[in-house]
Amino acid sequence: MGKEIFYFLIFPGLLFSGVVGGFLSWFDRKITAKVQFRQGPPLLQTLYDFVKLLNKETILPEKGSRFTFMVAPIFAVFGAAISAVLILLPLLNIETGFAGDLIVIVYLLNIPSLTYIIGAVASANPLASVGASREMKLILSYEVPFLLVLTSIIIKANMTIKLDEIISYQVQNGAFIGSLSGIIGFIVALLCIQAKLGLVPFDIAEGEGEICDGITIEFSGSTYAMVNLAKYIMLFILPALVVGLFFGGLNFANINILWSILKVVLVVLLLTLIRNTNPRVRIDQAMKFFWIWMNLFAIVSVVLAIFGL
Amino acid sequence: MGLKDKFFKKSLWLFHLSAGSCNNCDIEILDCLTPKFDVERFGMKLVGSVRHADVLLVTGIVTKKTKKRVLEIYEQAPKPIVVVAVGACPCTGGIFASSYNFAGPLDKVIPVDVYIPGCPPKPEAMLAGIVKFLNKK
Repeated sequence: MGKEIFYFLIFPGLLFSGVVGGFLSWFDRKITAKVQFRQGPPLLQTLYDFVKLLNKETILPEKGSRFTFMVAPIFAVFGAAISAVLILLPLLNIETGFAGDLIVIVYLLNIPSLTYIIGAVASANPLASVGASREMKLILSYEVPFLLVLTSIIIKANMTIKLDEIISYQVQNGAFIGSLSGIIGFIVALLCIQAKLGLVPFDIAEGEGEICDGITIEFSGSTYAMVNLAKYIMLFILPALVVGLFFGGLNFANINILWSILKVVLVVLLLTLIRNTNPRVRIDQAMKFFWIWMNLFAIVSVVLAIFGL
Repeated sequence: MGLKDKFFKKSLWLFHLSAGSCNNCDIEILDCLTPKFDVERFGMKLVGSVRHADVLLVTGIVTKKTKKRVLEIYEQAPKPIVVVAVGACPCTGGIFASSYNFAGPLDKVIPVDVYIPGCPPKPEAMLAGIVKFLNKK
């Protein structure tokens, strides 16, 4: 029991993934600044933002459900931290003895988005409701191609749904990114996690210009700090999941540690560059993009995986 | 100066409120975010909702129509909040001081921490004003 609590609160869970996610969030902003020929924020900027938000006044909505509004961001952090544990333990080669964790991870990764929706609707703000409805449509769009990509991974790894075995299969037979279906699957997975993280081409749910931060409009002070913490954790674990599925996981034995860090940073760098070179799309364009094009690519990836390419 | 104050000063999030301005100061505020001036190196960024704001940048004379809205926005902002009057209009009323719909300079409506005069103030002047305020407290 003590070990599980340690896993959840300290090492791969809340504290570790929060700190690494905060660093990656700073990296994202710094690269954005460099792309625009700016200097960018200092290294500890994420910490400053987080502590400042904790110290600020928290305003609760007058109408609407205050309890749900306050609890929703905490559940977002819980969901993100539990999925961090389930994703990072196999990546770090710690045996969990949990068969079929990939399916649980797929469910858990949706918890933050769902709790944002619940919190936004509980705040009784019309703009937050618009943001929530957009977020729902976005979840419906990106879930199907993401599941299809996972199907192609499962087929390639000899029908195993254990993240541990998928990684050890890649260690023995080479990473999946080296095959044709792996490359197509990687592109689809990258765009799906872009939408999951709500980064720019798909930040429709929180368009600042049109609906004033939409889904997070009513969160202030410590509730917004919790929302941000969940976002930092997601910014770390989703690239980590992609590294596990396509790049053969992480390895922390001697010099391999540099290569492992490089893999995660590379995926975040790709996300940042996509975010910096694209304008925001409309919700109907995003749905069309995922339902037609990304599904098509994902199905091609599955078919290629069946033929062993 | 406590740790709380220090962290507050290192991450000021700006919310921009136009109380009946001619749009000139608003354009100059956006200039501060461009690569040349880059306020993000001080940890400042523009946010879309007043619930996330630490700094309220008010431009324009406060007219009789916008006075109610300015008060409402100020009450909606989570405290502590820094109010900055950008431009001659919110500081004194400027050339509109004798106008029929002028509802007093900004400090008659809400407490103001920083005054940045100019019509419009240069981005350098805004940065200098904010830096002076940060060094004061």
